[in-house]
Amino acid sequence: MAQPRKQNEALYFMRRNAKLQIGVAFVFLFIILALVGPLLTKYQPRDYVAPGAQPPSSEFWFGTTSFGEDVFTQFVYGLRSTFLVGIVGGGLGTLIGILIGFTAGYRGGIVDEILNMLTNVVLVVPSLVVLLIVAAYLEVRGLVFESVYIALFSWPWAARAIRAQTFSLRSRDFVDLGRLSGMKPLKIIFTEIAPNMMSYLLLTFILQFGGAILTAATLDFIGLGPTEGMSLGLMMNNATTYSAIMLHMWWWFIPPGLAITAIVGSLYITNVGLDEVFNPKLRET
Amino acid sequence: MRRYFGRKLLIYIITFILAVTVDWAIPRFMPGNPVEILIARAGLKAESAKLIYSYYMKAFGLNVPIWRQYLNFWIALFHGDLGVSLWLFPQPVMKIIKQAVPYDILLLLPAILLSWLAGNKFGAYAARSKWLDNTISPLAYILQATPYMWLGMLLAWLCGVRLHLLPFSGAYSNAMMPSFSWSFVWSLLQHWILPFASLFIVQFGGWAIGMRNMIIYELEADYSHYLEALGAPRKLVRSYAFHNALLPQITGLALQLGAIVGGALATEIVFSYPGIGFLILQAIQNHDYFLLQGSCLFIIIGVLLANFLIDLAYVLVDPRTRVGMQGEG
Amino acid sequence: MSLKVEDLTVYYQTLRGDVHALESTTFGIADGEIMGLAGESGCGKTTLGQSLIFLHPPMKLIKGRVTLDNKELPIGDMERMNDFRFKKVSIIPQYAMNAMNPTRKIGKMVAELLKSRHVDFKSLLPELKRRLDLVKLSYDVLNMYPIELSGGMKQRMVMVLSTMLNPSLLIADEITSALDVSSQKAVSEMLVQFRDQGYCKSVIVITHDISVLYQIADTILIMYAGQLAEKGPTDVIVHSSQHPYTKMLISTLPEVGVRYVDKQLAGIPGGPPLLLKPPVGCRFKERCPLAFEKCLEKPPFVETDKNHFVACWKAGA
Repeated sequence: MAQPRKQNEALYFMRRNAKLQIGVAFVFLFIILALVGPLLTKYQPRDYVAPGAQPPSSEFWFGTTSFGEDVFTQFVYGLRSTFLVGIVGGGLGTLIGILIGFTAGYRGGIVDEILNMLTNVVLVVPSLVVLLIVAAYLEVRGLVFESVYIALFSWPWAARAIRAQTFSLRSRDFVDLGRLSGMKPLKIIFTEIAPNMMSYLLLTFILQFGGAILTAATLDFIGLGPTEGMSLGLMMNNATTYSAIMLHMWWWFIPPGLAITAIVGSLYITNVGLDEVFNPKLRET
Repeated sequence: MRRYFGRKLLIYIITFILAVTVDWAIPRFMPGNPVEILIARAGLKAESAKLIYSYYMKAFGLNVPIWRQYLNFWIALFHGDLGVSLWLFPQPVMKIIKQAVPYDILLLLPAILLSWLAGNKFGAYAARSKWLDNTISPLAYILQATPYMWLGMLLAWLCGVRLHLLPFSGAYSNAMMPSFSWSFVWSLLQHWILPFASLFIVQFGGWAIGMRNMIIYELEADYSHYLEALGAPRKLVRSYAFHNALLPQITGLALQLGAIVGGALATEIVFSYPGIGFLILQAIQNHDYFLLQGSCLFIIIGVLLANFLIDLAYVLVDPRTRVGMQGEG
Repeated sequence: MSLKVEDLTVYYQTLRGDVHALESTTFGIADGEIMGLAGESGCGKTTLGQSLIFLHPPMKLIKGRVTLDNKELPIGDMERMNDFRFKKVSIIPQYAMNAMNPTRKIGKMVAELLKSRHVDFKSLLPELKRRLDLVKLSYDVLNMYPIELSGGMKQRMVMVLSTMLNPSLLIADEITSALDVSSQKAVSEMLVQFRDQGYCKSVIVITHDISVLYQIADTILIMYAGQLAEKGPTDVIVHSSQHPYTKMLISTLPEVGVRYVDKQLAGIPGGPPLLLKPPVGCRFKERCPLAFEKCLEKPPFVETDKNHFVACWKAGA
């Protein structure tokens, strides 16, 4: 009964929250750029287009690399893979986190203990180092591999948050009411608990999304990203290897890092805004 | 308290065993003779190759049952023997790592601790002043979203290349040899500032946000309201909130040690700073698997140990762990 | 009179508008009187209790005057009110079980709190120990963390702490709600003993449990939807009330020995009004069996008998 009213209330506040609007606007901007960008350029990221190391001009908006590749082309293709890793890696991480966190929170007892231990083990391991060991042996790595790998090490953060939320919801009165009236456990989960967790899941996903983008950028920068294709981290890797900094080629390394900072920053701010929308106590009077 | 420790210890032991096992298992279960593959990749001369071959045949012990190989690996580990480097043959891996460790400590220890202290202080300010909150918080979120290597590149470019203020490559001037002279120390410091700054600035953002949120949470707790209702001055309420908010931040510090590895690696690459991170990059580029494996293992053990120490310290600080409750378990 | 409240009106500020939580409340409490404050959830009793000591946002003081021991209480001024808090007015909060800092030893917290209020802990220590004896707590609690105490023990500790400086007015907010029946009896009796010993002068006991008030209160004040309905001596309220709401409220209480088969429990149909845009006049008229046209005009809180106040046009009907 309270659901429609709650949804309207959420929409009401969403339209008024500045952080949410600004954050979403920025992320949208970059998504559009990622979708439309490659259509604006007739080159491929690794094509030779002009003599190298040219600053931005009307012909090459972001200039060219030391090898004469068009930086703008690399940028927009890189944006695509960035978002892909964010969605797949972040989404998968959230999914695993939901599965483990919810099971631990709902069942409690020995199940919770075991899952908690598992979560803590994965949390403590420096994931990068394990990847180094694995990647040293893999000749070919794809975008999917990177996303899955990121997800496999970032889910503990999601699991923890969801477990805590499940704990608090599970002992609420309306759940007990459902149990008392003989509802099947699955039905209770879907009709009573899930709607109240929706907002929380969204917040968790946004954080996982942003985190995945940052992690992927680091992996790509070190040289452990996908062996084919282009990414923003890879652009920075190339720039560093070929001394872009010392050669004053700022157009090569500033756009990719700036884009990541802007996207992830907007995601974090969106998160704060959404938190205020969903949590009345945080709203300003 | 025993329960708290028992749990933590179990997690560390399990993680340790898992990590070492993964480290040992990967080459074992790759197709082909791992040692041959590795040596072929490194492109060694014939005599050196033979030496390494026989050494590693013993360590990987291919002529011995698998369980025995596993055991040998552990035995070597406890002797501090991480093998011999291929790229810098015949130096033992442990020796190479030991040379790089001081630079890491010099860089990471201040960066992590100072950013934690400063971030917590600023987060506390932001929590109690609306004006500060509106200026610091957005900035902190953006800092938290900045990739380490990009900030490093920005700083290197701005301060190093454009303004010629600071050097941005290596740990000390190429013209010098390490010594205890003032000029060496000065050179060391100059080369240290930029990589330190990029690590410090990003982490600062994260801690500030975390602390701000924790303090707001504590200020809204029942005990804070009770104190205020009894007329306690703001200073007392705030000091209680600060102390309680610090506890989860300590736990966060432990977790940060594992998380910062990536950032440190990236930063060392940008500044060619000779820590273990830079060593790893060179190991990858030179196909020196043994150096790579040894460095990784070293890092894992380091992180686990540091985590354990912080957990020890946590018991002293949070009375709930001593009295039976789990605290931030 | 020890406490005099005149025309106290407090609203809650929300994004949707002001919630009229307390409307023109006027009443008095004598020295040494234990007054019970009862009513349904949301009737404003906690708001009333809170505004007498800690009127903080989102609560907003609209108008009203409060006098304690012939001195005005600056309840609208958070800064000036500090001089009165703990010393003249004190509170045992609803959340007493969580009221102490979990990471501080209780004794240390008490010492720091007293010190911050410029009271010497050492000189109070013997008195503190005497009071701990009264509530049957051992001195060891001062050396323990809150987590080591049971819920009831924490409650009693907070009771002792809140009355350490012998306030003129003590507000006890739902102190028995979370306890089992035998603990309720013990805690209620302790409250009376505190008053008898002079640890506090007048007490406002906020609760929805009238049976507890019947045991310990001298007078009872019934509230409904932010307005005062009736105030009078306990016996009068329970046995011969004059306000229709009070009458119905009392009759909803189960009597010992009476079974459902013999006499069904009467309820009060409907629910209390939303206070965002409160109804005009008497707020009980929607559910009142005696309502008529005059109820559109708010009935004043008048004294019908000695110390008996009722806000109803049909008082005594």
